[in-house]
Amino acid sequence: MQTNQLFLIFCSVLLLLGLAAFYFGRSKATRVRASGPAMHAQPDQYAWFAVVATAGPAILLSALGAFVMLLMGTEIPTFPLLLASLAVAVVGLFAGMTLIRANFHARQAIERVIRWVLAGAATISILTTLGILISIIGEALNFFQMHSFWDFITGTTWAPGNSFLAAAGRGDGGGAEFGSVPLFAGTFMITAIALAVAVPVGLLSAIYMAEFAPSRVRAIAKPMLEILAGIPTVVYGFFAAITVAPFIVRLADSVGLDASFNNALAPGIVMGIMIIPFISSLSDDVINAVPDSMRQGSLALGMTKGETIRDVVIPAALPGIISASLLGMSRALGETMIVVMAAGMRPNLTINPLEEMTTVTVRIVAAMTGDLEFESAETLSAFALGLVLFVVTLSLNLVSVIMIRRFREKYRVNNL
Amino acid sequence: MNDSFDQISQQLKGRHRKSMRLKYYAMGALALAATFLLIFFADMLSKGLPAFKQAMVNVEINYSEEASRSGRAAIDRDLSSIVSRSVVRVIPLEMRNDPSLLGTSETRWVLASAEVDQYLKGNRARRLDADDMAEIDRLVASGQIEMRFNSGFFARGDSKMAELAGIMSAVVGTIMTMIVTLAIAFPIGVMTAIYLEEFAPDNRLTQLIEININNLAAIPSILFGLLGLAIFINFFGVPRSTPLVGGMTLALMTLPVIIISTRTALRSVPESIRHAAFGVGCSRWQVVKDHVLPLAMPGIMTGSIIGLAQAMGETAPLIIVGMVAFIPDVTASFTEAATVMPAQVFTWSGEPDRAFVEKTAGGILVLLAVLISLNASAVLLRKKFERRW
Repeated sequence: MQTNQLFLIFCSVLLLLGLAAFYFGRSKATRVRASGPAMHAQPDQYAWFAVVATAGPAILLSALGAFVMLLMGTEIPTFPLLLASLAVAVVGLFAGMTLIRANFHARQAIERVIRWVLAGAATISILTTLGILISIIGEALNFFQMHSFWDFITGTTWAPGNSFLAAAGRGDGGGAEFGSVPLFAGTFMITAIALAVAVPVGLLSAIYMAEFAPSRVRAIAKPMLEILAGIPTVVYGFFAAITVAPFIVRLADSVGLDASFNNALAPGIVMGIMIIPFISSLSDDVINAVPDSMRQGSLALGMTKGETIRDVVIPAALPGIISASLLGMSRALGETMIVVMAAGMRPNLTINPLEEMTTVTVRIVAAMTGDLEFESAETLSAFALGLVLFVVTLSLNLVSVIMIRRFREKYRVNNL
Repeated sequence: MNDSFDQISQQLKGRHRKSMRLKYYAMGALALAATFLLIFFADMLSKGLPAFKQAMVNVEINYSEEASRSGRAAIDRDLSSIVSRSVVRVIPLEMRNDPSLLGTSETRWVLASAEVDQYLKGNRARRLDADDMAEIDRLVASGQIEMRFNSGFFARGDSKMAELAGIMSAVVGTIMTMIVTLAIAFPIGVMTAIYLEEFAPDNRLTQLIEININNLAAIPSILFGLLGLAIFINFFGVPRSTPLVGGMTLALMTLPVIIISTRTALRSVPESIRHAAFGVGCSRWQVVKDHVLPLAMPGIMTGSIIGLAQAMGETAPLIIVGMVAFIPDVTASFTEAATVMPAQVFTWSGEPDRAFVEKTAGGILVLLAVLISLNASAVLLRKKFERRW
C-alpha cells in the first residue's frame, strides 16, 4: 500500500520535473536564439532534450534498483531509492540546461535516445520467448528430477492421482505414474480428425474463391470465413460439448455403435471447423500468388480449367498449402478450450474415436487448476507437457516458415 | 491418330465435365463452411436468446415480526417454491435497514426461481412437482407471472443462483484487462515495428527478432499462461487472478499481431514520401513521426483492433493465471481478483444446473456481439482509409 503511494508521488514529481525541464529548456533555447547565433536545432528539440536528460537517468536508476531487488533478492529500501532517483533527475535537469548552447546538436542527441528506446522495445519479443523457455524448462527440469524423463516419454499410464494423496500426507506417492504416451495419442487423434475436416474443406474453399468464384461471392465468402476465425475457442468448446457431442452419441446409437459422451470425434470436428479459415485464407493467398503466366500457358495448351488447377496451380502452390496445413496442425495441437470442454479427462490409449480420450492441454489445465501446491509433481508435470508441446509446435512452425519462404523465393512474391 | 472427331469430342466433354465437377466440389466445400456457420449461429441463438427473458412474479410481501427473522414467512407458503431464494433472503435485511416497514405489506414484482423460469421456457424443471406446475399455470393465467426483459443479466455479477447470475462483473473485468493489454502491447508493438521497419540495420539480430516474432504468433496460447504463472506470478509476485496479470499475459500474446500488422502498414507507405521528407532535411525520426506514422495509422489501428478482439476471446492462458474465479461483485482495481467474459462463459458451462446452459449461451451471444462489432469496425476502418498509392 505504502509502496504504491510512494510510487505515485515519485511519478508525479518526475512528471513535474519533466514539465519544468521542457519549459526551461525551451525558454533558454529561445533566449539564445534571440541573442543572435545560428542554432543547430529548433527550440522544441532543445526542450525535449532537457526532458530526456531529466527523466531518462532517473527512470533508468529506479528500474535498475527494482531489477536488482527482484533478481538478487536483496532488500533495497524503496524510499531512499526513489529519493536518489529524484536527485538524479534534478542533476540531469541542470546538466541538460548547461548543455543547451547554440552549437549543441540537440536533434541528434534525442534521436539517439529514441533509437535506443525503439531497439529496447524490439527486444521484448525475444525476452518473451526467453521467458517462455526459461520458465517452462526450469519447472520441467524440477519435474524430471522427481520422475524419470524416459518414463515420461515412453510410459503408457498417466495416473497422477496418487500424488494428491502424497501431498495430503497419505500414501507414499510412489504409485503416481506420468507416462505421457496416451496423452499424446489422444492429442494426435483429435488433431488428425480436425485436419481431416479442415484440410479438404479449407483447400477446396480456397480453390473456389481463388479460381472459380465471381467477385460478388468472394466479397461475401471472405468476411464469412473471417467471422469463423474470430469466434473464440471457448464458444467452440461449448458448441462441441452441448450440441455436437450429444448429436454424435445419438448418431452412433442409431447405427448400433456405442459412443462415449466425451468422445474424441466431437472436439475433433469442431476443431476442424475452427481451423478451416486458417487453411483457406492462407491457401487462397498462395493460390492467388501463383503467376498467371502459368495458367495461361496451361490453358493455351488445351487443358481444361480443372486440369490446370489440378496439374499446374496446386503443384505450384504446394509448399504454401503444406505450410498452411502445418500451421493448422500446430493450432490444433495447442488448442485448449475445445478439448477442455468437450474431450474427456481420462487418458485412454485407443484408436476408436468414439471413446473418451484426453489431450496434453487438458492435462495441463487440470494440473494447474487443482488444489495442489506448486511444487507437487502433478503441477510440475504441466510444465513438462508444456515443454514437449512447445518443441513440437515450434518445429512445425519453423518447417512451415521454411516452406512458405521456398514458395516466395520461387515466384518472387512479396506479400506472403 | 485413328480417333474420329466424335470420339475426341466425347473425350473433351468428359474432361469438361470433370472440370465442372471440381468446381462443384469446391463450391460445396465453401457451402459446407457456410452451413457450419449457420448451424452454429442458429444453435447459439436458440440456446442463448431465452437468457434475455426472465420470469417475474407479482407477490404480496408481509413485513411481519416473523419475517424479520426468516424471510420465508413474508411470502404466502404456496409461492415459496416459485419466488427466487434471493428475494426471500434480503427481506430481513431490508427490515433491519428500515424499521418502519414492520407491520406493513406491499405487492411487488420479484424474480421467480430458476426452476419456474425454465418451466415457462418449456424446459424440464426437476424440482417442481405437479402441484407447483398447476399453481404456476394458474398464476400465469391470472397475470401474476410474466416473462420480462432480463435487465439483471446485464446489471448483475455472477451468482450461484441461476436466476440472479449476470455478466456485469465479467464485462468490467474484460474492460480492465483489455486496458492493461492495450497499454502494454500497443506502444511496445508499434515501437518494435517502427524499429524493425525504419531504423534497424539488416543484421543477424534483426533477423532473429523477426523470426522470433513470427514464431511467437504461432505458439499455443496456453504456453503464454504457463509463462504468466511462472514469471509474473511466481517470480515478480504480481497478484493472481487480477486484471493486471491477465492483461500482461494477454499483452505478450497480442504483441506479435500488432507488430506484424504495423509493419505491413508501415511498408505500404511509399518510399517517395520518405525521400521527399529526407529531401527537405528531416531526420529519420522526424520522417517517421510526421509523415510515415500518420499515413500508416489507419492500418495500425485496424491491426490493433483485431489483436484486441483476439485477446478478448482468449481463455486458456487466463485459466492458468487464475482468472476463472467466482466474482459476484464488480472489480474496482487492477490488483483485485476479476474474471473476463470468456472465462465467465467457461465457468457457467461447468455448472450442472440446466438454467446455466441458457446463461452460458446468453453470455456467448454478448461476447460474440462485442467481438463481431470490433472486427466489423476494423473492416470498416480499413475500407474507409484504404488508399492505393
